[in-house]
Amino acid sequence: MSEPLLKVRGLKIGATIYPPGEKSRHIDIVHGVDFDLEAGKVLGLIGESGAGKSTIGLAAMAYGRGGVELTGGEVWVNGRDVLQSGMPDKRKLRGAEVTYVSQSAAASFNPAKRIMEQVTEAAIGQGKFTKAQAEERARALFDKLGLPDPDNIGERYPHQVSGGQLQRCMTALALCPQPDLVVFDEPTTALDVTTQIDVLVAIKNAIRDTGVAALYITHDLAVVAQVSDHIMVLQQGAMVEYGTTDQIINAPREEYTKALVSVRSIQHEEKTPTANPLLTVKGVTARYKGTSFDVLKDINVDIHAGQTLAVVGESGSGKSTLARVITGLLPPAAGEINFDGRTLTPDLATRPLDDLRELQMIYQMADTAMNPRQTVGTIIGRPLEFYFGLKGAAKQKRIQELLDEIELGEGFQDRYPAELSGGQKQRVCIARALAAKPKLIICDEVTSALDPLVADGILKLLLNLQKVENVAYLFITHDLATVKAIADSIAVMFQGEVVRYGPKSQVLAPPFDDYTDLLLSSVPEMKIGWLEETVANRKMESAGN
Amino acid sequence: MHPIIKLVAQRLALGILLLFAASILIFVGTTMLPGDVAQQILGQSATPQALANLREELGLNDPPVTRYFQWLGGILQGDLGTALTNGRDIAESIGGRLKNTLFLAFWAAVISVPLAIFLGLLAVRYKDRWPDKLISGITLTTISIPEFMIGYILMFVLAIQLPLWIGSWSFLGPDVQGWLLSNFRFSSVALINDSMTLVQKLKSITLPVIVLTLVVLAHMMRMTRAAILNVMQSAYIETAELKGLRMLTVIRKHAFPNAVAPIVNVVMLNMAYLVVGVVVVEVVFAYPGMGQYLVDHVAKRDVPVVQAVGLIFAAVYIGLNLVADIVSIVTNPRLRHPK
Repeated sequence: MSEPLLKVRGLKIGATIYPPGEKSRHIDIVHGVDFDLEAGKVLGLIGESGAGKSTIGLAAMAYGRGGVELTGGEVWVNGRDVLQSGMPDKRKLRGAEVTYVSQSAAASFNPAKRIMEQVTEAAIGQGKFTKAQAEERARALFDKLGLPDPDNIGERYPHQVSGGQLQRCMTALALCPQPDLVVFDEPTTALDVTTQIDVLVAIKNAIRDTGVAALYITHDLAVVAQVSDHIMVLQQGAMVEYGTTDQIINAPREEYTKALVSVRSIQHEEKTPTANPLLTVKGVTARYKGTSFDVLKDINVDIHAGQTLAVVGESGSGKSTLARVITGLLPPAAGEINFDGRTLTPDLATRPLDDLRELQMIYQMADTAMNPRQTVGTIIGRPLEFYFGLKGAAKQKRIQELLDEIELGEGFQDRYPAELSGGQKQRVCIARALAAKPKLIICDEVTSALDPLVADGILKLLLNLQKVENVAYLFITHDLATVKAIADSIAVMFQGEVVRYGPKSQVLAPPFDDYTDLLLSSVPEMKIGWLEETVANRKMESAGN
Repeated sequence: MHPIIKLVAQRLALGILLLFAASILIFVGTTMLPGDVAQQILGQSATPQALANLREELGLNDPPVTRYFQWLGGILQGDLGTALTNGRDIAESIGGRLKNTLFLAFWAAVISVPLAIFLGLLAVRYKDRWPDKLISGITLTTISIPEFMIGYILMFVLAIQLPLWIGSWSFLGPDVQGWLLSNFRFSSVALINDSMTLVQKLKSITLPVIVLTLVVLAHMMRMTRAAILNVMQSAYIETAELKGLRMLTVIRKHAFPNAVAPIVNVVMLNMAYLVVGVVVVEVVFAYPGMGQYLVDHVAKRDVPVVQAVGLIFAAVYIGLNLVADIVSIVTNPRLRHPK
């Protein structure tokens, strides 16, 4: 057997951290990983955040992000141990033999330079092609990647193309220098589900046509199943399982892999609507100040006590705006909102305290929704004081009850948000919302920033709390698997309108309208060959192109 | 209309409005100055009648609002008024002085701005290593010493001691000593006039230029460093590094263009300081510029001169900040190339 393109042996990666007020210390991120990658093959690296996926991917370019240090082991690319080479040799490796596609193309393109200049820079700078050749190659790649107007799109600036297009440009940037290996680091994670599928197809075709090898990093097993030949499952910097895509998906050996494969298997029985809805949104139309564009157009939906309405749609469809209107952050231009038998005033400032209390919110980024300088006890205690005037021992008792409810238990009261994991932070936010004894909680993408297994835990918690507290949820999400797991009724939003609305069983049953069909069919399934099948059967072009 | 033209027009209109507001402040401020011009002109022995007559003649008895609009009307027609103390036309006296101040500021800027940006880039390239620390240390030291102090130190060392040292270095031989003495002779007073050649003028202002450069260098250099370091955190810098580009190329091609706006801002602020803040340096080196002119006439309570100089300083300050604003608008690709 010939020497593999990429050979990683005993790779150890660490970082020195500087906790405030403490001595700096060294932590290990990756503890000895081995793998090979043959030329022209695709290896999927999968795991949750903190598993070391990106760190390993960047190690293939002998690069440590931030303060990350490649502390041990060997990384052989084309027969050279690149960890041992000096800076000039590392520079020759990067952008020539190995290139990189990042998660956020929007952040990874220099806003001050034209796309063409950035796409061809490595190819020209590394002396692999002349300027004319590189630009010729770039235009061919733009065409291959399905970008509109491939001859001229390079003349634009990054902000002048859409997110999905920019992600393809990033792929063109990586492929332009004709590398042997491309590291794809979550290239479709930041995209809408209907856009993701197109970019995925473009990437897959480009890999196939150019014969380049790839490391494909993602947390989404269903996505990686579509593009890779082999999959390596990582957990906390160590390899859990390595196998062919078929074996990992269909016959996982390790418990952790089985958990990843079977994630999102929550079953939730749909409840029948009650006679009087808790919240009625009647003919709401809304626009932002100083604009004449209707972000919401004549929205009519109901939420029933103790039930969940899932509002699903892509970014820009108006989901979050609907939440802003209901909470009174954005007074609507027309229509009204009835809550628990009364009409809510349009503006937050004029609502009585009880209206504020009974309507709570949980946000996507638990990090930014909490004051980093307050302890968990203070954060949860604040609504208790504000709404119920609780003080001293009574407040402490209630805080502890709430912590028990969100399954965090003792000892969390005195911790600061920075000392919590992502899932724990979101739980604290849930407890803060519950503290007000609300009748309705608006959950805005509350699981989107979490790893699948952690997100599952949060969803289970929310369903349990609904049973115990009889609280209703308005659940905003772009993720259909979450919708299936938690909803009683569903509203599908598209460009500011509700295009489909009803009980879950009806909304998710055919016949579908074109948009719902596109949305449902775009959710990757953990099935090899799903991608090709789906693209072949599509009726409608996705909007994010 | 292109959004940039609209934004720039807005800024210009705002600048004019600001200048108008500044003129009111200057006028109010100067009318509140203590002391009596008539008394100052005529001296302590003047009779009350003579003082009253002179006040009437100078228009000091009119209500302030009337005087303000008379003053403003004159300025709009290019008439800055006449100095109370010597009856000369202010615009004429200021002309030459402003030229001198701008001459000094120009050469200080020509040296300090590129030097500051270069040192800033260097500090980023060698962040937290000795070149960075050395640059920061020296510039912070010079900004921390009051500028008149730097002025006197430079005078002592370069203008007074240096010729003595050269004179004592007999090992160099009289020829070399003579050459050094004639070429490295720094004047402790920076006198210039129109009959001097450019080289003579430059020689004359060497010391004040050095002082001004040392004063403004640190601020600009540290802002350049901070602005570029801020940009260096961006994901697109990582992209550039992963293209295998050299560090200096990454800084120059990818970081600097995105740091231009804050850098231009601080550069303009310091340029404004070079014009407006030269008062101390001009007095120390007896340089015939605006600053000295202002100080002289404040002492004499010559209100029209103080007002005129104040207004010119305000215009320079607002104008340069306007330039900074416009540059940051024009260098923003999102505004320059709308969707």
